[in-house]
Amino acid sequence: MININKNNNERNIVFDVKELNLWYGNDKALKDLNFGIKQNDVTAIIGPSGCGKSTFIKTLNRLIELIPSVRIEGEVLYNGTNIFDTSRSVEELRSGVGMVFQKPNPFPKSIFENVVYGPKIHGLRDKRKLLELAEISLKRAALWDEVKDRMNDNAYELSGGQQQRLCLARALSMEPDVLLMDEPTSALDPIATAKIEELIMELKKEYTIVIVTHSMQQAARISDETAFFLLGELIETGNTNEIFTNPRDKRTEDYITGRFG
Amino acid sequence: MSIESIDSREPHFPKMYMSKGNFNRRILLDKIARKLFLSATLLALLVLGVLIFRISSQSIGWLNIKFLTSNLSIFPEKAGIYGVILGSLWLMLIVAPITLIIGVSTAIYLEEYASKGKVREFIRINISNLAGVPSVIFGLLGLTVFGRLFNLGSSILAGGLTMSLLVLPIVVVASQEAIRAVPNFLRDASYAMGATKWVTMRTVILPVALPGILTGSILALSRAIGETAPLVVLGIPTLILKIPTGIMDDFTALPIQIYYWTLDTVLVPEYINLAAATIIVLLVVLFLMNTTAILIRNKFQRRY
Repeated sequence: MININKNNNERNIVFDVKELNLWYGNDKALKDLNFGIKQNDVTAIIGPSGCGKSTFIKTLNRLIELIPSVRIEGEVLYNGTNIFDTSRSVEELRSGVGMVFQKPNPFPKSIFENVVYGPKIHGLRDKRKLLELAEISLKRAALWDEVKDRMNDNAYELSGGQQQRLCLARALSMEPDVLLMDEPTSALDPIATAKIEELIMELKKEYTIVIVTHSMQQAARISDETAFFLLGELIETGNTNEIFTNPRDKRTEDYITGRFG
Repeated sequence: MSIESIDSREPHFPKMYMSKGNFNRRILLDKIARKLFLSATLLALLVLGVLIFRISSQSIGWLNIKFLTSNLSIFPEKAGIYGVILGSLWLMLIVAPITLIIGVSTAIYLEEYASKGKVREFIRINISNLAGVPSVIFGLLGLTVFGRLFNLGSSILAGGLTMSLLVLPIVVVASQEAIRAVPNFLRDASYAMGATKWVTMRTVILPVALPGILTGSILALSRAIGETAPLVVLGIPTLILKIPTGIMDDFTALPIQIYYWTLDTVLVPEYINLAAATIIVLLVVLFLMNTTAILIRNKFQRRY
């Protein structure tokens, strides 16, 4: 394994986005994106509603293609190979790139069945290993202590914040390299939000995290890199500190100082 | 500050469009509407009441264990519907698996696999239309294809296949609706874990949609068990003394036996009592099936 040093600028690029364009029917939603996402960074995607943040993050695991009218041009290199390459299956990509959604979306199954859903559908049958994996994943998502005695309860008996951590555990059980988070705290109260943010800070030691957020404070608190989107264009990207203290583009400055959006 | 002083600063809304008379008229209309709708409901209940009263009074003394356990006969006091009940059960034994397997598969294909375009829309509209085609037409189709072409005659298999065609569109439409009602965020969650369409279908969508599918299918089956026209067209014999033991046997079923007995009341007046007793049996079967459907729906209703 490569020893990852946070201050090393030569770190691997996990996602290398090249000339990415995306249309919904005739509406262009992403325009000529060029953008690299570095390993073990938390990359925050910020921008006003409808700027393409969610579209972009869902392009990284190709979930956006579930919408029938979507058309994509350009390349996204994931660890060196183009994710749109027809020789590679989308299922394989998604097993390495986990996702947590805006609204907690556990399956209407038991807590245990939720956590081990991924490993199970990918062929892991051994009950003992599944239990072990469930425990590890739930511990990483800081949910183990709250649910260890009620693994067979329906996931919808949990609170919203617990459900979201369950979804996080479900994504982690696949041992992904990358975690995509699409406004993971927007449906949660401040305490549950703080818990998720704490987790993100913890998880970035092991995972590359891309997070879409509406909250500038959240981006400033937890991210290393920030990318500012506006009307489908990537206006500015760089070190979070720099973006927030010394933005190069006037539009970025206007947005982070709250002049619009 | 007094109320008047606030009022004086606010511009008065000119009350030139409203009058008390109008108000009273609307309240009166509302009362009339209530009585009108109530009487419509009562009328339907009245018809049901008369029907149940009539068939109950006509079947008194005729509907008993002997009637349920003995075989058909031309002598009313000896006749029973054991073979008829078995005939209906045999019919369901053919219809239930065929419609469930083909109907649910069609619904899965149309909802999850078929690309969303004009062709799919065309198929969908046509299936909905098929659900409204009169049953006698399906009877003619069954007679031509299964009865004559496949030479199945008026066997249980021919009847079952014909009935399957009749209720298949209902099962497809009900299953499509149940599948469509599964929220998209569950699909997203599964796909995002690298699941294929089939795995998502099997592990997430079908379990959630199953109560809806079952409810729709049971209601479709209860339609099949009460249908007469397709069987008349197929040429089910009027008097079958042999108890059916396999799918190639001739058979008779509850609704068609009611029909034949009613037809022959001019010859044997007591047949009307036999028909009434059979109607009670059929109604009880339908009631039980519909209750099962409701129970399934209530038991498995999920919260997201």
